[in-house]
Amino acid sequence: MSGPAIVATEVSRTYDLDGVSVPALRGVSLTVAEGDYMAIVGASGSGKSTLMHLLGGLDRPTGGTLLIGGRDVATLSPPEMARLRNEVIGFVFQSFHLLARTTARDNVALPLVYRGIGRRERRARAAELLERVGLGHRIDHRPNQMSGGEQQRVAIARALVTGPSVLLADEPTGNLDTATGRSVLELLESLNAEGVAVVLVTHDNEVAARARRRIVMRDGLIVSADPVGGPGAVSAEAAGGSAAVSADPVGGFGVVSAEPGERS
Amino acid sequence: MRLAEAWRVALDALRANRLRSVLTMLGVVIGVAAVVALVAIGTGTKQQIEQQVEGLGSNLLIVVPGRLEAGSAPSVSTMSLDDADAVSRIVGDRSRVAVTIASGENVRAGNREAFASMQGVLETTPSVFVRRLDRGAYLTRSDVNTARRVAVLGAGVATSLFGDRDPIGRQITIGGVRFRVIGTFERLGQSLGVDRDNEVHVPVTAAQRLLGTDRIDGLAIRAPDRERIDALGADIVATLGERHPDTDFSAVTQEQILGVLGDILGVLTGVLAAIAGISLLVGGVGVSNIMLVSVRERTKEIGLRKAVGARPRDIGLQFLLEAVLLTTIGGILGMALGIATALLADRFTPVPAAVTWWSLALAFGVSAAVGIVFGVVPAQRAGRLDPVVALRTE
Repeated sequence: MSGPAIVATEVSRTYDLDGVSVPALRGVSLTVAEGDYMAIVGASGSGKSTLMHLLGGLDRPTGGTLLIGGRDVATLSPPEMARLRNEVIGFVFQSFHLLARTTARDNVALPLVYRGIGRRERRARAAELLERVGLGHRIDHRPNQMSGGEQQRVAIARALVTGPSVLLADEPTGNLDTATGRSVLELLESLNAEGVAVVLVTHDNEVAARARRRIVMRDGLIVSADPVGGPGAVSAEAAGGSAAVSADPVGGFGVVSAEPGERS
Repeated sequence: MRLAEAWRVALDALRANRLRSVLTMLGVVIGVAAVVALVAIGTGTKQQIEQQVEGLGSNLLIVVPGRLEAGSAPSVSTMSLDDADAVSRIVGDRSRVAVTIASGENVRAGNREAFASMQGVLETTPSVFVRRLDRGAYLTRSDVNTARRVAVLGAGVATSLFGDRDPIGRQITIGGVRFRVIGTFERLGQSLGVDRDNEVHVPVTAAQRLLGTDRIDGLAIRAPDRERIDALGADIVATLGERHPDTDFSAVTQEQILGVLGDILGVLTGVLAAIAGISLLVGGVGVSNIMLVSVRERTKEIGLRKAVGARPRDIGLQFLLEAVLLTTIGGILGMALGIATALLADRFTPVPAAVTWWSLALAFGVSAAVGIVFGVVPAQRAGRLDPVVALRTE
């Protein structure tokens, strides 16, 4: 595929809760280019999860336009959306979401089931990917026989098995200890180096700091989108971002605040 | 998703909750088994009765007073042996005409007593009906002409009066009058709810004397050929009508009796099947219930499957197949149980049972249909789940 993997233009998402409109996203524009490495940060309720669901094609915007893999999701039927998720996106979740009674290999092969690929080929490709994430020796283990880090690697292998152009990782290190989390991030980065765009959704600034681009969200809006420069810039931004997230009260609606770093 | 894969996933899900699956299936198993077994019993009963009616003899024409119509009052017979003679002339062969006058009587031998159905008959009875002797001889024409007090005992009566002893030549009393036993019948068993081993045949003339009457209850004719049976019946009814202008007569053939019995038993079998069908329906509701629970339990799994590319119909198919698998496995087990029950009943109880292909096909088809019907709602609900909401469920 050529061109950016995901293009969001003035995207909004409003939930209808018992007749009351609750805006979760209020006009967000964002492009995930091929090979991107981006972190979306923000406090809980900032809209970052909603944004991730939209970027992953799990949900549709109520306003604006959203192109995934070059296709406008507003024009797609639910089965076409499902196909888009299968082909363009790979999801990695905080709680892994592995099928409990299923081996690592069959968990990884699951997306291929919905692509109509035969069992033999599925198993071969799943084994290949488990090898690639360093779990070649764990192929026939079930999730309860593996550590959290291993489970997340299985989940990453599953996200990769269809050859997606974007990996969407929602707090991928949230349930892992620091060392394990770091190795999972290193795995994601090595995949990124091979050309897969990686979008991390996190509230952990250390995690966010590793990304090349950082999007800060608050109250359903992007309050800063800074390309992160060299290693020096990373640490500075990380410090500022941390203050923004933890110390930020509910800001004025519609006010796009200045760089969070300036507040602290 | 390929169908084979969907089957595998469905089977896997059932295996994961083995006890629950088995209990859910049990409802279907019992329903299908009930349908198969009850229909088998209905069919078996029908076949047995048909055999017995046919076993009476072929080309039978039974003449009774009164009209064979619903709602008509039963008539008291005004026929006598003279009418039997008149009918014999129409038929042209006395040996093809049988008469009967029946009465329930106490029969004694020594200090033993039995209540039996005394039948006053002509010596022609064995040539009109199929009736075989076990011992001795049947009544003769001279027995009838002279009203000789001789009797042929049904197997049941013979056993209760004489046990294992040979009754031939022994004295019995019927309604206080002495008779001599000259023969016994082969054992026949029940027919149309009547114990035919409880009969005692005596000359019709002796029976009339005992009962103080000269009438007979009815006539039976074995027609010389099947084609003429209806015409013969009409001739006989017309002749009897001339002789008894105040009375209606009816002539019925075995086919007509079978037709009426078949209708009644068909309705009976239908009612049994319907009752069993209700239990199958209840089993189906159980399947639906469990599938709804299953969808709720696996909401997160549904969300994950959707996230990695499952279409709504993939998810729906998975749950629908799970329901169909529950009911079809239940259906197969139920058929086995139903067949076993029917065979055991047929073998070890007096209840006859005949397993028919159509009842098996019906039960299996219905159980699969129950799975589809009761699986559709849970499956649709699963297919329509919003993946975002489903993934968030804990």
